Amino acid sequence: MATFQPFDVIRKSASVTATPEPNRATEVVKLIDTSKCIGCKACQSACLEWNDMREEVGVNVGVYENPHDLTPNMFTLMRFTEWDNPKTGNLEWLIRKDGCMHCEDPGCLKACPAPGAIVQYANGIVDFVHENCIGCGYCVKGCPFNIPRISQADSKAYKCTLCSDRVAVGQQPACAKACPTHCISFGTKAEMVALSDKRITDLKSRGFDKAGLYNPPGVSGTHVMYVLNHADQPSLYAGLPDNPRISPIVEAWKGVSKYAGMAIVGLSALAGVVHFMVTGANRVSKEDEDNAKKLAGGEK
Amino acid sequence: MSQAKDGPTVHVRRYSGMARINHWVVAITFVLLVLSGASLFYPTFFGLTALFGGGQMTRWLHPWLGVALSVAFLGLFLRFFWANLPEFTDFVWIAKIRHVLSGHEEYLPEVGKYNAGQKFVFWSQFVLIGVMLVTGIGLWDQGLPYVENITGFRATIDQKRMAALIHASAAILAVTIWIIHVYAAIWVRGTMSAMLSGWVSGGWGWRHHRKWLRKEVQQKHVTPAE
Repeated sequence: MATFQPFDVIRKSASVTATPEPNRATEVVKLIDTSKCIGCKACQSACLEWNDMREEVGVNVGVYENPHDLTPNMFTLMRFTEWDNPKTGNLEWLIRKDGCMHCEDPGCLKACPAPGAIVQYANGIVDFVHENCIGCGYCVKGCPFNIPRISQADSKAYKCTLCSDRVAVGQQPACAKACPTHCISFGTKAEMVALSDKRITDLKSRGFDKAGLYNPPGVSGTHVMYVLNHADQPSLYAGLPDNPRISPIVEAWKGVSKYAGMAIVGLSALAGVVHFMVTGANRVSKEDEDNAKKLAGGEK
Repeated sequence: MSQAKDGPTVHVRRYSGMARINHWVVAITFVLLVLSGASLFYPTFFGLTALFGGGQMTRWLHPWLGVALSVAFLGLFLRFFWANLPEFTDFVWIAKIRHVLSGHEEYLPEVGKYNAGQKFVFWSQFVLIGVMLVTGIGLWDQGLPYVENITGFRATIDQKRMAALIHASAAILAVTIWIIHVYAAIWVRGTMSAMLSGWVSGGWGWRHHRKWLRKEVQQKHVTPAE
């Protein structure tokens, strides 16, 4: 099992200083094979248990999802889609374990204004450091997968940690440990890609000719990957983005607007200094005062 | 109402006490907003959050300061709206901006209470504050749900992203215009007292706002010096 030291940080939010030469540890990946998932929600229970979170008892509105969405307590959620496959005429039950994808290029980290509130470890895990979080919700705007949730209780952002605390001591994430069908696997990136290859070959031989690995290049790949029966249409799986990327609006906000803004403000201040040096103060002359006196005195 | 104060020069009342209080409330909240806003926009300035009691407090305070500024600015807007309506001489003034910058006001048309530059500051800040109020509510994670419930409008994630970009851009422009505003007050001597004591010298009025001075004299607001 790939272990890592918690201080092996390669990227840090709102910080200009980066590690000089990113010393990448073995990258880890959690592989979720949706074709094996039975929707038992053991992963959700294990997640709540390990993170010592409790979700409020909800209301049944006639859907399988419970709770109805990710919450500040519920870092992972089984999402259920019933899909009528037009080619085969089969009704397919597509179940996807939703949660943080641990992007190699994390939009949350890019958007975060608080130094060190979001970090990326050398093994690829993206983690929220809550004592640095200010609760602004910028990570929500940066995320291409709609994952972080802001807690009403302490106004801080929460999401899946990929059980960074367990991984640091050589354990697999709680959800992977609890999964009864081995749908969730955890290991090095190489191991998981090899495992997915085997599985995809198997699925293809069973008629799922579009089976494939979901490791979107738009965010430079993810450290949570899916094996999908229909990898050509990820959005079938409860709206999994087909081509996720950090929104260009966020890129502009966190990129060009910062530099252009600094330049505009700096230049206008500089223009003031230069103007003052060239023209000097604009003073009222004695003549002006005399003219005013005459005007007030009724002359003119 | 006005009188020649001590000394031989004529003094003219320019701003009432309420107008000045209103102005300084806007000025103080504006500066606090710039400091807290910059700390949340530029990681380099994140240390400024210490002025407000840390990151969480800054994040909490900034929107409320924005609400306070918006309300206070509305006061200024209603107070000075009529004096800032555009007129023909404004275009002449802009056409001769070169003489403005070189301080040769003798080549300029006589100006009323405000010149075209001051009107530009007034209207652009009005628009920018309006834009920042709307986009700021969109970014306000804690306040937005209340506004959404009242208005029935649900902001999409892309609208919120756009709000962030527009909010930051509008803030940059507002700071730039604020720099022009402050610089003009420093450059044009005798201006500061208008907002500090409420009075300016007659010569200041003659030099920079002659049409306004004539009107004040005509309406017997200015009495001759002793």
